Amino acid sequence: MSDISLTVNGKRVGGVTEDRTLLVHFLRENLGLTGTHVGCDTSQCGACVVHVDGKAVKSCTMLAVQASGSTIATIEGLADGAELHPVQAAFKEHHGLQCGFCTPGMIMTATDMINRHPEGLEEATVRAELEGNICRCTGYHNIVKAILAASETMAKGAAKGKARQAA
Amino acid sequence: MYSVNYHRAASVADAVMLLETGDAKLLSGGMTLIPAMKTRLAAPSDLVDLSHIDELKGIEVAGSTITIRAGTTHYDVARDERLKNVCPALPHMASLIGDPAVRYKGTIGGSIANNDPAADYPAALLALDATIVTNRREIAADAFFTGLFETALEEGEIVTAVTFTAPAKAAYEKFRNPASRYAIVGVFVANGADGVRVAVTGAGDNGVFRSKEIEAALATNFDAAALNGVKVPANDLMTDIHASADYRANLIVVMAKRAVAAANV
Repeated sequence: MSDISLTVNGKRVGGVTEDRTLLVHFLRENLGLTGTHVGCDTSQCGACVVHVDGKAVKSCTMLAVQASGSTIATIEGLADGAELHPVQAAFKEHHGLQCGFCTPGMIMTATDMINRHPEGLEEATVRAELEGNICRCTGYHNIVKAILAASETMAKGAAKGKARQAA
Repeated sequence: MYSVNYHRAASVADAVMLLETGDAKLLSGGMTLIPAMKTRLAAPSDLVDLSHIDELKGIEVAGSTITIRAGTTHYDVARDERLKNVCPALPHMASLIGDPAVRYKGTIGGSIANNDPAADYPAALLALDATIVTNRREIAADAFFTGLFETALEEGEIVTAVTFTAPAKAAYEKFRNPASRYAIVGVFVANGADGVRVAVTGAGDNGVFRSKEIEAALATNFDAAALNGVKVPANDLMTDIHASADYRANLIVVMAKRAVAAANV
């Protein structure tokens, strides 16, 4: 057992947990953050992707105790109150989901991908970097469209932000 | 997963000490060990986490001499601009491992210490004639990879870095299993000061190996055409549900040709 402490979606949280507890189980069962899903449980499908210290990782392949001291972002922490995050809004607008089970992981992976490519994204890059996220419904087309659209929206937002700062 | 006790090492010396606890195993990125523990293929009593040790992180490029510390992630190798200038084949290879989430966590030290017969780094380090540095000694790649999931590492020995001289030309080509994305055959070719070295992963019955046939054919003419008609024996190659030994033997030559062509661009 270990007493772990981490920051999840901006809040300091902690608890005593078995060392073998996976991060995804800690998030879902101890913190009640059930937006992060367990799909394959074998690090392949990406339904469990969360950000640990700003990097999109598979929370089914990391122990909660490994993440102690880290800053975690989950799907629940993306929206700003009632206002969806641009990636969430784009998935809604472009219908980037059907059953929705893979969507939290897709969105966390997409957010990380967009952050990693401030120069903008091309379709081929999006498809290549979605390698670790599996969707069994959509055939990926609308997911790719949504990510490309969100990337443009966020680039414009960043440009506006810079202009505002300059002014 | 069976019950386990987690320890976070503050230094390599600390890790060596902690490793003496019960049946302890070293944990780096955890991209292999955690899944193995989940399926109970591995059941260490204790885990010693190396991922918070600063002395195990970083890449140094001094002229053509490259040192990559063991805890450096695939992500950091894949995006390193100095590496891309001096030895682009290696960051390219790193960019082909797993998926982005795996590359954020997985490390070069973890990959080579595990020596999965389908892993990419063992082929790269063998072809690059790398030296594996541990807390005790330096081991040539030729002596380091000894078999399936087997290395020359002794009890309590920890990989701290790998070092090699960038060759004039190198490239890696991988034929992936479409589901697992692991190499069915991966071939790393390097044309350096001491000649041509060609290492093959994914195919050998006994893990990564150098192909003498391909090295001989390329020794005098480092051109894909030099491999026309070259045959690699299938005797010591793997047969599984994905590919027969004969198929792998053929793929090795095909991947080697592609790699040489890519290296010559």
